Amino acid sequence: MAALGQHAVSKVKNAESQLVQEWIAALEASGGTRNVKGDELKADTREFLQLITSSLENGAGTAIGAAQWEDTRQFLERLSRNRAQMGQDSSQTANFIFALKGPFFALLQKEFASEPQLLAEQLLQASELFDALGLHTIRTYQASREAVIRRQQEELLELSTPVVKLWDGVLALPMIGTLDSQRTQVVMESLLQRIVDTGSEIAIIDITGVPTVDTLVAQHLLKTVTAIRLMGADCIISGVRPQIAQTIVHLGLDLQGVVTKANLADALALAMRRLGVTFTKAQ
Amino acid sequence: MNVRSSGSQPVRVEQDVVMARQVSRKLAQDCGMRLIDLTKLVTAVSELARNTMVYGGGGDMDWQILDDNGRTGLRLTFRDEGPGIPDIKLAMTDGWTSGGGLGLGLTGAKRLVDEFELDTAPGAGTRVTITRWT
Repeated sequence: MAALGQHAVSKVKNAESQLVQEWIAALEASGGTRNVKGDELKADTREFLQLITSSLENGAGTAIGAAQWEDTRQFLERLSRNRAQMGQDSSQTANFIFALKGPFFALLQKEFASEPQLLAEQLLQASELFDALGLHTIRTYQASREAVIRRQQEELLELSTPVVKLWDGVLALPMIGTLDSQRTQVVMESLLQRIVDTGSEIAIIDITGVPTVDTLVAQHLLKTVTAIRLMGADCIISGVRPQIAQTIVHLGLDLQGVVTKANLADALALAMRRLGVTFTKAQ
Repeated sequence: MNVRSSGSQPVRVEQDVVMARQVSRKLAQDCGMRLIDLTKLVTAVSELARNTMVYGGGGDMDWQILDDNGRTGLRLTFRDEGPGIPDIKLAMTDGWTSGGGLGLGLTGAKRLVDEFELDTAPGAGTRVTITRWT
């Protein structure tokens, strides 16, 4: 069954600029144009309309998997990706297609007012087509969104705290963010490994970038300190700010026996003293 | 005492504990809480939200911003439909834990806030309500 009749397609083609205008108005009314530049939107809508009319002229059906729809599909995929990157949600992206339904149906209604049976058939076909195209944008949107999430996860892993060497025999681990995740375990293990690899005597764990120190975080820290000691090295925890210190007291955490410092500089100075390294200002 | 605004937040998976902390941090800032009070409250939220998730099998955190004779407060209720706590006295003992923690979460949270209310019974779930005034 042919999709939209050639008669309808030619009508659509003739009324293109009017359709585009009404379409953009509908898009703006639904708030789907947020973050999209006016010129860009105009170009997108015009291009899309031209693509579907030319596909329909070539006798394409409502099955958008067909070869005639190749260009349209590619256009929609590009559009979805762009919209995903702009931070639009999937409904806003799909709305790009669905907002055309109103003006499009109104046009068909006007043209086929005298032939109700034909009108119903054409409306059904057009509806099926738009639904399929809309679904396609959502699928593509989802895929590109998942790609964004995957990339961010990978970036996060790369961001995850490196163990840095501050001095011969002194390692530092600047912790950032939430400490109660599995990430902590990995980071702590890598610190222990680096202590062995470098033969370091002192490890400094800096918690300046950790907003909340609760019992679970403290437990992680205590376990790490114990493990470091068992390996014959010493551990200093730095970055204990006033509000964190007060919270630890109220929680009733016992950090006695753990050397703590308010900031990383103090911790490094202490480490240097323990190593017997002294600094003098150059004359 | 007036309730200025209120809302709810799910506490079901580990990520929700992080969200609960962020939400309460934002609310405490809106109340004009000082950094130290804010840190204490957020730490208490962290303890209680994790208890809700780990021991209560997941639940919700309800929040209310309160006005009372010129002072502002943040009230948070952690509720779950879990097994409940059979021995409240034991649960409120420093260092006692039914899991693998330090046993300081519940008692520590109580010390970090102004008002603390524990409502639980075996098989009837657990509700912990905390309030911190500015």
